[in-house]
Amino acid sequence: MSLIGAVLVLLGAAEVIVWALRRRPAGGIDPAILETFRLRVHFWWILLAALAAAFLLGHVVTVVLFGLISFWALREFITLTPTRPGDHRALFWVFFLFTPLQFVLVGTGYYEMYSIVIPVYAFLFIPARIALAGDYKRFLERTAKIQVGLLICVYCLSYAPALLTLKLPPLANGEPDTGGGVQLLLFFVLIAQLSDALQYAWSQLPNKHVIVPAINTTRTWEGLLGGTVSVTLIAAGLWWATPFHGSNWWMAAAMAAVISLMGFAGGITMSAIKRDRGVRDFGTLVEGHGGVLDRVDSLCFAAPVFFHCTRWWLLWQLAKN
Amino acid sequence: MDTNLVRNFLALLARFLSGASVRWIDSQPDTCQRVYFANHTSHLDPIIIWSALPPRVRMLARPVAAKDYWTKGPVRRYLANRLFGAILIDRKEIKVHQSPVDLIIREIGHHYSLIIFPEGGRQTSGEIGEFKSGLYYLCKKRPDLELIPVHIDNMNRILPRGEVLPVPMLSCVTFGPPLWLEVGEPKTRFLARAREAVRNLKEIRDEE
Repeated sequence: MSLIGAVLVLLGAAEVIVWALRRRPAGGIDPAILETFRLRVHFWWILLAALAAAFLLGHVVTVVLFGLISFWALREFITLTPTRPGDHRALFWVFFLFTPLQFVLVGTGYYEMYSIVIPVYAFLFIPARIALAGDYKRFLERTAKIQVGLLICVYCLSYAPALLTLKLPPLANGEPDTGGGVQLLLFFVLIAQLSDALQYAWSQLPNKHVIVPAINTTRTWEGLLGGTVSVTLIAAGLWWATPFHGSNWWMAAAMAAVISLMGFAGGITMSAIKRDRGVRDFGTLVEGHGGVLDRVDSLCFAAPVFFHCTRWWLLWQLAKN
Repeated sequence: MDTNLVRNFLALLARFLSGASVRWIDSQPDTCQRVYFANHTSHLDPIIIWSALPPRVRMLARPVAAKDYWTKGPVRRYLANRLFGAILIDRKEIKVHQSPVDLIIREIGHHYSLIIFPEGGRQTSGEIGEFKSGLYYLCKKRPDLELIPVHIDNMNRILPRGEVLPVPMLSCVTFGPPLWLEVGEPKTRFLARAREAVRNLKEIRDEE
């Protein structure tokens, strides 16, 4: 709870800084960077609301909020992806059946169902439905586009609220750790956003070695390594406050490193898609809405991997005791 | 039920469902008497333009729509008559003494604005079709009307011709600078100019 309070103060401060910088007529700061920062801070508020809701109102609200974020991200993805009229019916089911179903299943915590309903049932349904529509032109390409959209925007992101359903080992005094899931989600979101911000900050160093110049000119080796190392050190230093306090300090550090690396992978993948479609970000498509997908790309890639690493860790803990 | 409340709610709902972003290029929303003319790809087009207008302007805007479609069933009738105040045109029987243009001019008086789709029907090709001459005759009788070109993007993917259920993709509505029928301007040149105005908005959109 005190952690939420600290985040609240930090976000408030960030908001005041943005407000002050925007008021300055011709400051030394690039307005584009400022705008990026402003959108980022606004997104952090939404994430904070989702986490606070998990604390105060129960898990259902958090799952619904992540469901809405997923829905909007998928909207942006499909809008940017050229589809043909023959895909219409398949897309209808993707939006109105599989997306809500995934989050309902996550809400019930039925792992055996929500881990396969999209990769098995939805992924087989999509090509079959497109084939039934009778349009075979660029069939594989169209199928793959819809599948990737559903995988990244819905399936992967749904693993973030799924963290709430994981059962942590009982506390030292033998009582069950009921708030464990919320702690995991909080740890995940904080580390992911922090590593995003730190990678960006480190890549501002004057000496730049861009990793893939053809795809993204802001992602540098300095950013990737600096960001990952700093976020790992932060997690290691604060390991007693993380959900992994029952384990070793290096467990928290390793988890943070995994989140940071996967976040980078998500960012660079989405950059490639954006480059192919010839846009700067998914947000340019819808003025005033900000690109939801631009904000969640790192979460999308990190969530399922962090979820499974944590699940293995829990099974390992269970086997040890 | 309070009609205005329902109107505002419906406009909000339409904005959310279509995810429409609205832009005015060299143009401002105004309550003066106007004709909004747009490309047409979906039955939802009139609702999208209507909901994209600010509430005070929206109250004055009346879509021109096909009678056969909008009188089918109580829901459509309620929407067309009570909420949008649509001017319904009979596509099947066009009477000589009761031309649609006369009907429209009578209905708008000196108060209401119009939302029309001069292509005559929904296009499937993604291109903007040739404009029907109704727009020209309307302007010839009322040359004081301000014409606002409107381009609706992506609606053909949200609800294509022949489909009943929409897919919630994001659309964009662009309003362009006003134009008028010039004195003595020939019909074909005027219609081409109006069509070009909508096409320009599409190109601005595509360049981004």
